[in-house]
Amino acid sequence: MNALKFLFAAYIATWVIHIFYLGTLVRRFKRLRQQMKDLDRGE
Amino acid sequence: MTSIWTVTLATLKKDIRLEWRSKDALNSMLFFSLLVVVIFVFSFDPLAEESRHIVGGLVWVGFLFAAVVALNQTWARELRNQVLDAYRVSPAPANALFLAKVLGNFIFVGVLEALMTPLFVIFYNLRVLGSAWQLIPIAILGTWALVVNGTFFAAMSLRTRNREIMLPLLLFPISIPAVIAMVAGTTAILTGEDSAHFYIVLLLTYDVVFTTASLALFETILHAE
Amino acid sequence: MKRLFPILSIVTAILLAYALYEALVVAPADALQGEVYRIIYYHVPSAWTAFLLFFINFIASIQYLVSGKPAAKSATKWIVIAIGVIGVIATFIPAVQQMLPTGMRPSAVATTVILIPAFYFLIGKFFPGDRLDVLAVTTAEVGVVFCTIVLVTGPIWARPVWGIWWAPGDIRLTSTLVLWLIYVSYLVLRRFSNSAQTQMLAAALAVFGALDVPLVYFSIWFFRTQHPQPVIGGGGSMDPRMLNVLLISWMAFLCFAFLVCWSRFRLELLHREVEEAYAMESLAGSVAGVSVPLTRRAQ
Repeated sequence: MNALKFLFAAYIATWVIHIFYLGTLVRRFKRLRQQMKDLDRGE
Repeated sequence: MTSIWTVTLATLKKDIRLEWRSKDALNSMLFFSLLVVVIFVFSFDPLAEESRHIVGGLVWVGFLFAAVVALNQTWARELRNQVLDAYRVSPAPANALFLAKVLGNFIFVGVLEALMTPLFVIFYNLRVLGSAWQLIPIAILGTWALVVNGTFFAAMSLRTRNREIMLPLLLFPISIPAVIAMVAGTTAILTGEDSAHFYIVLLLTYDVVFTTASLALFETILHAE
Repeated sequence: MKRLFPILSIVTAILLAYALYEALVVAPADALQGEVYRIIYYHVPSAWTAFLLFFINFIASIQYLVSGKPAAKSATKWIVIAIGVIGVIATFIPAVQQMLPTGMRPSAVATTVILIPAFYFLIGKFFPGDRLDVLAVTTAEVGVVFCTIVLVTGPIWARPVWGIWWAPGDIRLTSTLVLWLIYVSYLVLRRFSNSAQTQMLAAALAVFGALDVPLVYFSIWFFRTQHPQPVIGGGGSMDPRMLNVLLISWMAFLCFAFLVCWSRFRLELLHREVEEAYAMESLAGSVAGVSVPLTRRAQ
């Protein structure tokens, strides 16, 4: 039972890291799209 | 081939002359090296029985910090006086400049090591239980390993925002196999428990590989600034 | 192209769910470790994926370094072909076959070796010019993510099995740590370098890193033969059913990695587009700034 705790910890940690990274990608995408919009409006 | 050596030696002599004249930088680095040894002495009890096993590590970590401080100012003078631009347009081979810098750093770090070693011997009452002469190839090859990559990464760090921290950031990961070999080899010789032969061969391989890589890529780096 | 991404995302999600099912339910329990060994189905595929991504980064970096120099480019091409040819032939020589670790078939080694020139030419063909560098930064970043997972799941696995979080002589985990450090320093260099030629510097660093990896492996290997340590992750052969699940899991994570890389690649392209647009605007702005007062005076 104790050992299963580690198994789930490992699986959850994996997805936490992946989701965190995907989150940074989404954030950067949003920021760039906003910048693009500002540039288009400025012209 | 002769021209590369002539330029190298000329640059090296100039660097040594200039360093000797501005003894401030030299003195503060010497004092820093002494301080590193003293900090270690207070942190790692010299009387403990395990000391002999960890002294190899302490010595090389001390040398590593001293080397980083020395390496950080490798290109400082060239940067201040826009010398690098002159080198870029001159017909002198870029590798001559690199070799001169590496040799200069090697001598400089060697001096620092020569001053730190007796302090370690005294404070930790070191006696070599293995074959002491093997310490010489380890010292030479190990120092060269740190200095050749350090000079290269110092050049790479020139236009980065945090130049001083970038050098150790780049240098430490790449140096890990060399550090393992230096420390394990030194410990093997000090304790007399193992042969350092493999580590000397590993250090030699490391030096050959990275000296070649640095010479091959230095021109690219120089023109990248 | 745009519709392919959502379709692939759904396929990947299904594959990952299927792999998870296989890992937790279908695969048999381990004789020694019980259920906790199932971490391997996330730990090992992440490692293989990270190594593959770093390998692609290495190839892209080399190609980027030689891209401006025809002589070096041609020499590199021939060296890569030679590696492929000699490597494949070597696996047929009995003396070489004896040196292979037990369980590794020569055909598997030959297939792996032939992938080196295959990757080299495919990458050169599909990622021309500056795209090589975009590929490099993409694979480095996603590789670090997967490598982080390896370093996190490794100790989580080691603790219940061996009672320790970390064994300094464990050659695989320690080599992976050094690889992680090298590529994090690569990403730091990319972020803090503001030279026009950051890309060249990063490519040079990638080459240095690649040269370093076998040296790391040997140094730890010898250290370990002198100071025997427990091996985290076990060694030896594997139950074929377990191997099957491992491969399924790897395929699922490869698809996932592909999608993440594709996203990161597009992000980088957009980033460069925006930067160029900013550069053009400031250029136009400075020109306009010069001409406006003149026209006003002319009036």
